[in-house]
Amino acid sequence: MTATTYVEAIRQALIEEMDRDERVFLLGEDIGVYGGAFKVTEGLLDRFGEERVLDTPISETAIVGAAVGAALMGLRPVAEMQFADFFSCAFDMITNFAAKTRYRTGASVPLVVRGPAGGGVHGGPFHSQNPEASFANTPGLKIVQPSTARDAKGLLKAAIRDEDPVLYFEHKFLYRRVKEELPEGDWIVPIGKAAIRRTGRDLSILTYGAMVWTALDAAATLESEGIDTEVVDLRTLLPLDQETICSSVAKTNRALVLHEATRTGGIGAEVAAVLAERCFEYLDAPLLRVTAPDTPVPFSPSMEELFLPNAEKVCRAARALAGY
Amino acid sequence: MTGLDLGERLELYRLMRLNRTVEERLVRLYRHGKVVGGLYRSLGQEATSVGTAFALEKGDVIGPLIRNLGAVLAVGFSPRDVFTQHLGRASAPSGGKDGNLHFGDPTKGMVAPISMLGALVAVMAGVALGARIKRSRAVAMTWIGDGGMSTGAFHEGFNFACVRRLPLVVVAENNGWAYSTPLDKQAALRSLAERAAGYGAAIDRVDGNDVLAVHEAAVRAVARAREGGGPTLLEAVTYRMKGHAEHDPQLYVPREELAEWALRDPIALYTRRLFAQGDATAGTLEAIDRAVLDLVEADLAAAEAAPMPAPRDALTGVYAGETAEFEPVLVRRPR
Repeated sequence: MTATTYVEAIRQALIEEMDRDERVFLLGEDIGVYGGAFKVTEGLLDRFGEERVLDTPISETAIVGAAVGAALMGLRPVAEMQFADFFSCAFDMITNFAAKTRYRTGASVPLVVRGPAGGGVHGGPFHSQNPEASFANTPGLKIVQPSTARDAKGLLKAAIRDEDPVLYFEHKFLYRRVKEELPEGDWIVPIGKAAIRRTGRDLSILTYGAMVWTALDAAATLESEGIDTEVVDLRTLLPLDQETICSSVAKTNRALVLHEATRTGGIGAEVAAVLAERCFEYLDAPLLRVTAPDTPVPFSPSMEELFLPNAEKVCRAARALAGY
Repeated sequence: MTGLDLGERLELYRLMRLNRTVEERLVRLYRHGKVVGGLYRSLGQEATSVGTAFALEKGDVIGPLIRNLGAVLAVGFSPRDVFTQHLGRASAPSGGKDGNLHFGDPTKGMVAPISMLGALVAVMAGVALGARIKRSRAVAMTWIGDGGMSTGAFHEGFNFACVRRLPLVVVAENNGWAYSTPLDKQAALRSLAERAAGYGAAIDRVDGNDVLAVHEAAVRAVARAREGGGPTLLEAVTYRMKGHAEHDPQLYVPREELAEWALRDPIALYTRRLFAQGDATAGTLEAIDRAVLDLVEADLAAAEAAPMPAPRDALTGVYAGETAEFEPVLVRRPR
């Protein structure tokens, strides 16, 4: 057994699902001959041919629109946005067409829109964003973001098999930085289930994506200080796994919400609302959020470093909570 | 001639008459305050909807807009479907979750539109792509107005369809007005078909009030699409005889323009044509009109008698097999 990277896990998921189900096909910018801007689809054109790996014009509305139409014809399209920042170019197709079609007509729109999100690679304001919250206020969508190679593979396979439209945000910082052995066989990670990455008694950090690793780094430091931290990886952001969130906080009685996306109206705000509604009497301290500030993602490394949450910022907030 | 046999030529008449009669009944319902929401007419544009959709076969898929009632009826949806939609009934195709012509079922050859214009062009390109991947012979047809063609979604979708030479027919329904905005504030071109050259699409332009001419052009475009010749932009020049919706008295429309187009009513034009070529007598058409009226009255009565949806049905169908949570619940910590 060898370790598989996060990016290779995504590629494996695509290959396995395309092998398994001939209705699955890919469309996006530069995904064929070039193999995708981050090489997620490398070799897939040779393997599956031009009819199942389509290079498209620079037209996110057409890409997602065509995916909706093909899904209505019984296919299972997987559309790539070259960067998650460009999901907004297809906002109407995602939120008004894909998300509302089942409700209005009963027809399934089984499609996946996937793309690389996140900062830490000095991509600047338009190649670093985490736009998941912009879509989380849309009933009809599901939103996932894996933090591990296993989840990258299992969540994508689940997303492709789902009967509803799924937005799959992959963190570009993790593509080649995390790797692990993948389970044999048909590995599926169910949508809607969070995972406990580290168990603890004193404090719950509720997070997702690349910040799961930041939280684990922080938890290691906090342990040496006598603070026993639980790390909950949300994995699915819409719908949230309220049971796992609440059972963790009911146990630790302290909650820290961590995400790389900006603060106001972020996923963390919804997690906080769930906790306020369902866990108010279990909380022994106020809830704290560690997030990016409410600014665009700055370009220059020194500024981006300030912008991104890190283990040190998490530890500071955790100590304040533990000492409350 | 068009290659249509006598029965088909009379069916074109029947569908246009059905289109108009359904709308006349809807106007009555609207005035009685029974229509939920607005009412959008296609008066004067019946030939464009009916003539184009009549060129399709079973298995083809339409993506109609709000003024394409004739196309919806031509592919086999019933007046009852249309009435229940406008009345917000539980038995409406959308179950009361959307109104007017916002319904569809791809397995019955129709994709439901959304209000954002141009979006259907991209989605119907995807329907055509799906047909190709499935190696079906299906052709996708959709409609767009002179206003809707100003959207980015139209451009992206049509360009994509042309790049891939997909089996798509886009009918550019040039009725002169987008709500209150005339064509000269919408485009610097006088002919919408001219735009097709910029995409490498086939172009056609036809008198949208001449149902046989519309049908002939649509047959050519559908055949081209089915044979791998790629998309056609078919401009049908017509006129919106009513306001944007029934609440709009269209005071911005020059009266003389309306009067001119009133002389070119598509049903009246076609009636004269049928008489002139000996296809029908007054008696033939009266019999058709009577059958249409009977169908419409029966479907209307059934629709009015149909129950409203149960309120809680609003919480179903967002996701496959799930019902949305709604009531807040206070959670107490056990003491």
